[in-house]
Amino acid sequence: MRPLRVRLALAVAGFGALAVLAVLTAPLVGSSSISLARVFDRSVPFADNPDAQIFFIARLPRTLAGALVGAMLASAGVVFQGLLRNPLATPFTLGVSAGAALGAMLAITFGWSLAWLGIPVAPLASFAGSLLAVGVVYLLATARHRGLSTHVLLLAGVTMNAFFSALILFVQYFADFAETFRILRWLMGDLDISSYQPLVTALPLVVFSFAAFAWLARPLNLLNLGAEAAETRGLDVLRAQRVAFLSASLATGAAVSVGGPIGFIGIVVPHLVRLLVGADHRVVLPASALFGAAFLIGCDAIARTIMAPLELPVGVITALIGGPFFLWLLVRRA
Amino acid sequence: MRSIWAIFSVTLKSADGAARRHDGATARRVHSVFLEEAQKSGTSSRCVVVPSWLSPWAVLLSVAAVILGGTVLVASQPQPRRIISLIPAVTEMLFALEAGDRVVAVGSFDKYPPEVEKLPKVGALLDPDLERILSLRPDLVAVYGSQADLRTQLERGGVAMFVYAHAGLADVTTTIRELGTRIGADARAAGLVRDIEERLASVRRSVAGRPRPKTLVVFGREALALRNVYASGGIGFVHDMVTAAGGDNVFADVNQQAVQATTELIITRRPDVILELRAEPLSRDAEQKERAVWNRLGSVPAVRNGRVYILVDRRTVIPGPRVGEGVEVIARLLHRLPW
Repeated sequence: MRPLRVRLALAVAGFGALAVLAVLTAPLVGSSSISLARVFDRSVPFADNPDAQIFFIARLPRTLAGALVGAMLASAGVVFQGLLRNPLATPFTLGVSAGAALGAMLAITFGWSLAWLGIPVAPLASFAGSLLAVGVVYLLATARHRGLSTHVLLLAGVTMNAFFSALILFVQYFADFAETFRILRWLMGDLDISSYQPLVTALPLVVFSFAAFAWLARPLNLLNLGAEAAETRGLDVLRAQRVAFLSASLATGAAVSVGGPIGFIGIVVPHLVRLLVGADHRVVLPASALFGAAFLIGCDAIARTIMAPLELPVGVITALIGGPFFLWLLVRRA
Repeated sequence: MRSIWAIFSVTLKSADGAARRHDGATARRVHSVFLEEAQKSGTSSRCVVVPSWLSPWAVLLSVAAVILGGTVLVASQPQPRRIISLIPAVTEMLFALEAGDRVVAVGSFDKYPPEVEKLPKVGALLDPDLERILSLRPDLVAVYGSQADLRTQLERGGVAMFVYAHAGLADVTTTIRELGTRIGADARAAGLVRDIEERLASVRRSVAGRPRPKTLVVFGREALALRNVYASGGIGFVHDMVTAAGGDNVFADVNQQAVQATTELIITRRPDVILELRAEPLSRDAEQKERAVWNRLGSVPAVRNGRVYILVDRRTVIPGPRVGEGVEVIARLLHRLPW
């Protein structure tokens, strides 16, 4: 096996090139054709330049949102799979997405408004909902144990998922038809954010989460051996688990508040990357982040062009492409 | 000579004489339609109206009709006295047809006319309350075509239904006529349809020859953001209303009722007017903020020229008897006509 530094360099170069390619090409495709010369034509005022507006208001924020959400969901998936030592774990396993959905839904159904702040309330409410879910699960998992029981974490998370889903149905009962439709649409995920504000708002969380992920690579490798073995090798297991749980949950909450609960990325991308680069988290984490970004940007580009001018929900595309591709890779490797 | 026969159960009978006279009119209309068919196919036909208590004998009577050689039997059916409507548009139609006193319950979202506020609410499209519906012992329930479960259950319970589906503007008058026939208010329905058609014609006359603004009609979006913007596609009654009001729907080419209008699509289609239809009113401050959300799309003519309108008017979102007024409201906005 090649030394870590070489593997890391190869993975980052390969997946990085893919991500850069995605970021550069995605803004060039869409339901309408634009001319790059006119996009960057400074002689026309921005407000009178539809090409520039399509590029800078419609496509660029959307591509960046895809990169951010894809990277966060994919790396959160890696962290949750490592933390729970369960290959089926996803960023949404521990109730984060259900909590976020409940928050968004309450905001949509009851028309909560922060009009005086002039900002949309659904993303904030969804983030608050995910925090609530994370908090409850965390308290349950630490309540009767000295450490953080991953079994309790998993069971509590799954139960919270079911409980929040029931609450969602309960609230949905009071929603009118148009609201129900909007909630359903929110659940399918959507990256058409039409401004940079959601990205800027999420940025502190993104920075924090990725800093934590960078620190987590080695602890996750040790946790893979089991908590006790990791402890004997000098890892503060409880602290590592806490950091993993909180950072991955925050990243998921932030990603969902920007793009809605886009499924499949958090499970397909990490496994795909592991099949290609091995199980070492020091390589898997950056590679998953880069590939997650490229994958979601690509899926979104397909979603908005394949039936243009109509647009498919991006969550549908991630599942339709991710599922079969993943199975194919699985069978080929086996 | 071949003979044709049929049993019709379309006429409506009630205790009062007015309705019985109406019975006769409906029977005659059915007969005249039938006669036309008969003449076309070279057969003969006669019309006999039989009272409703003979309806159970329909099979025997139809055999008799065959023997008699081409007799149309028009079996009368009791007129519905206890009507439930789960559909705002049909509720408005029932009241406009002066059958409001026969409506015993309405859907959860019914708000017009004001009388419905006092009536029991028995659910709507997604959550019809079958038990309450049955407990009110209706003899006619207006349901959506898509309410398959409810329809099966009502059928099992032997409750007559008026099945409704949203369609185009032209279907509003068709529905009114059908409903009129069903509840024995043909004449009222004809008058109502005439009123609507006159109103529409007068709007069409007043906008004829004027430039047709390209219009984006928004049904809904996320609050204070241009996210999940849903707009009218090229079919459906809202599209028809805008067309009748002298506008060109920017999504006329999309063969769907609703389009998810992405930021890119909105910029590309360059609407001259953006019309947001809402069912619930907004405060003045909230309305201003919601309108300002569009400002970032400065290249869109509607935004640049300050022609983004938020319209809170149920007449423009319910395909009921007030569609004519709804089209007037839209036409005034699109063409800046005086109120």
